[in-house]
Amino acid sequence: MTRDTILEVRNLSTTFARAGRALPAVRDVSFTLGRGEVLGLVGESGSGKSVTLRSILGLSRHYGTVTGEVRWKGRDIASLSERALRSVRGREIAMIFQEPMSSLNPLLTVGMQLTEVLKAHTDLGRSERRRRAIEMLDHVGIPSAAARLDDYPHQFSGGMRQRVMIAIALAARPQLLLADEPTTALDVTIQAQILDLILGLAREYEMGVILVTHDLGVVAQTCDRVAVMYAGRIVEEAPVAPLLSDPRHPYTMGLMRSVPEGVAPRTALYSVPGTPPALDALPQGCAFAPRCPSASAQCTATDPALNRLAPGRSAACHHPVSLAKGDAA
Amino acid sequence: MSDVTLSLPKGRSRLALALRRPGFLLGAAIIGLSTLLALFPGLFAPYDPNFIDYTAVGQPPSAAHPFGTDMLGRDALSRVIWAYRINMQMAILATIFALLIGVTVGALVGYYRGVADMIFGRFVDAIITFPFLVLVIAVVAVLGPGLVNMYVAITLVGWVYYARLMRAEVIGQMGNDYAAAGLVMGYSDRRIIFRHLLPNAITPVIVYWMTDMALAILLGSSLGYLGLGAQPPQAEWGVLIAEGRNFLTTAWWLSLMPGIAIVLTGLGFSLLGDAMADLLRPRG
Amino acid sequence: MSAPVLEIRDLHLAFPLGRSFADLIARRPGRAVRALNGIDLDLRRGETLGIVGESGCGKSTLARAVVRLYRPTAGTVSFGGEDIFAAHTRRDRTYNRRVQMMFQDPYSSLNPRMTCGQILTEALSVHRMRPAAEIPARVAELLDLVRLPQDAAEKLPHEFSGGQRQRIAIARALAVEPEVLIADELVSALDVSVQAQVVNLLLELQERLGLTILFVAHDLRLVRHVSNRVAVIYLGRIVEIGDSESLFSAPTHPYSQALLSAAPSLDPADRGRGARLQGELPSPLNIPPGCPFHLRCPRATDICRTARPDLRPIAGRGEVACHHADEIALNG
Repeated sequence: MTRDTILEVRNLSTTFARAGRALPAVRDVSFTLGRGEVLGLVGESGSGKSVTLRSILGLSRHYGTVTGEVRWKGRDIASLSERALRSVRGREIAMIFQEPMSSLNPLLTVGMQLTEVLKAHTDLGRSERRRRAIEMLDHVGIPSAAARLDDYPHQFSGGMRQRVMIAIALAARPQLLLADEPTTALDVTIQAQILDLILGLAREYEMGVILVTHDLGVVAQTCDRVAVMYAGRIVEEAPVAPLLSDPRHPYTMGLMRSVPEGVAPRTALYSVPGTPPALDALPQGCAFAPRCPSASAQCTATDPALNRLAPGRSAACHHPVSLAKGDAA
Repeated sequence: MSDVTLSLPKGRSRLALALRRPGFLLGAAIIGLSTLLALFPGLFAPYDPNFIDYTAVGQPPSAAHPFGTDMLGRDALSRVIWAYRINMQMAILATIFALLIGVTVGALVGYYRGVADMIFGRFVDAIITFPFLVLVIAVVAVLGPGLVNMYVAITLVGWVYYARLMRAEVIGQMGNDYAAAGLVMGYSDRRIIFRHLLPNAITPVIVYWMTDMALAILLGSSLGYLGLGAQPPQAEWGVLIAEGRNFLTTAWWLSLMPGIAIVLTGLGFSLLGDAMADLLRPRG
Repeated sequence: MSAPVLEIRDLHLAFPLGRSFADLIARRPGRAVRALNGIDLDLRRGETLGIVGESGCGKSTLARAVVRLYRPTAGTVSFGGEDIFAAHTRRDRTYNRRVQMMFQDPYSSLNPRMTCGQILTEALSVHRMRPAAEIPARVAELLDLVRLPQDAAEKLPHEFSGGQRQRIAIARALAVEPEVLIADELVSALDVSVQAQVVNLLLELQERLGLTILFVAHDLRLVRHVSNRVAVIYLGRIVEIGDSESLFSAPTHPYSQALLSAAPSLDPADRGRGARLQGELPSPLNIPPGCPFHLRCPRATDICRTARPDLRPIAGRGEVACHHADEIALNG
């Protein structure tokens, strides 16, 4: 499937400074996103997946230095001023977070928060805004939407709050949704509902989605394409099915194998040896080399580039593995 | 950002970080010097604070008497220095028992809750509706003026504030699973309260104690000024200010110098308290 | 399987909310969160019993009641034939030694002001597990057991990662040589690869030390992997309990079916499969009459709205609390 590219991230790097030390949280990340495409950004805590997402919308620049380009519909929004960014945020690109309670204003009713977005980003009149707000709540599956418009966030359950957040995020019909672990705090039954909702809306509005998650199951069930991050870099990128059935980077392989599925019950699970490096103490060469079963002298010397292995597939590894060839790590 | 791993350099102690803060240094210097003056006033005071010299009455500041002399010819500098002994003693004695009682009661009612906590709550409500000074003066009025009675009065009222703070902190700490873990481990209540909860809950209390010591000096000298605390001829800042009160236009230095001493010491305790908050906070 | 270690009978637990002003005016009794509503459960020696359910279903409350952090409103928990809430056993510390718990949040379950060594020493000395002179050696042994380096003893909790902290929590629990471990979402806060390490450790220690484990978690894959038996809880009641493999491969209760099918599969080809559960967990303040699940159940009939089904054995399955369990077992 070919889609027009709506977002192109080029050589994005975000560096924080803590206690006088430079912390490269995101290192030279590049990827593209097509119209209506769902891209998964996967990794463990500290891999830089959330920071990447925040950097796209310029939310990281207050905390650190962001370099590189974020081309959104042809213009570089990374270089936009805060003011100019405001017209992009919420209107063209929306974002939802893991904890809806902390991103909803507890003192304003849900209706006020919804109409506020509409007022800022659309030309709708007062009564039209209200009608659209009810429509949005209804659309995200909140029962008796009109009656709940005057409720406060704390009057909603966790799953309903996440729906409210999605309704607010999507009120202005953005073309790109950035979702940061939107279902991590929810139960599986609610998670399934919310993911269905996001996917349905993405399809309906032809909206691109970048979904940050640590859950490979969520990735398998929602994403078209996946980028795996480790220590601030994308180490592998591929369409979802081949990535999960035939991971090429040893780290992706390790992640896959540590999920308890298809393993005899109560036997030892695979786990990648060691721990991720601290960002201010990255090893020379490939950041994964110290934990990698197939690391060589080359790996500890030079950091591999993200190389194209096959159409649509790339991996940053000197010695990509392959299950298909049967030389699993 | 939770998504960032940070390896803090080892070995850089918190004290070293605190030492770089000018506020902490200044506070520590003031309180250190005040303590020295309180412990060894004889070493610093040029004269006997009670030596009456009728040949030098009400003299303005000079080389011989940097703070001047009072209406009995006593050296004002020496009297301010000797007053450190009383006023620093106030800072400690007027607060330490309130601290100990308050921390214990607060920790107990915060841990056990129940009826004791409800009674405590009502009691606190009753106490804090009255201005602190009014209550203390009432107690002193009953017991009679004097330093010891003043300490008793301040303690009787003051512990409530510590207990209230401690109770709230302990209840907050109870929300952490290490308290539950202690119960599951079968540890005694005493161990959980004093070994686990108290060290984690005490930081704000210690910080409050620092400012309370400054307040105690202020309160003590107020009572001294009113004639309810230290009694003349004892050198105490409140008493000194009171003695100079009638001569403000002719011998302003008599009231001004002890006033400055009160302000300086109070500032020292506040600065120290601020730094303490950072020093005592648990890491991680 | 051998005799039960812990017997839970008809356990009820409600958290009173206090009476609001409106309640007072209407002369209503105060409301209560009914967290547990009649749990019957045997924990057999040497097994791992998994407890699954959505948040708010009462699984953590159950875990905490078993270690006496909460006092039930009705029902009993017996350990070795003795009611652990009876007046004379309530302050009995040996129970706390023999039944240990590990908590979810590795950042709050350790006292931030005590070093790892102090934490372990305290556990050993309070319960007089070893003479004072042998304690340092035992601490070293425990660190070894949970694969922490020896210099860990000198460090404060904030110097460890989440996975390492959970190892300390495990070491603390094991210090008192318990028979039963209650693991409440032990690895939920950890990354997948760290999860695997901690789960491996737990399984290995269980084997070596003959531990009985109550494994409470919301991660179904993980529960399936570690458990011998699994109980599914809904609104404070067990709706299905049985052998882990058979329950996961063929769940009988409609709620178990919905719960299991909601867990995202690793195979993209499964997309859009599996029935989605409608609605959300009803509030435990206001539990529906009849079968507590009937509001969300695709198979609900009239009987489900009026009569509460009891847990009963179903041929070829475990025990299921559903009026329609037999036909489900027959027809799938």
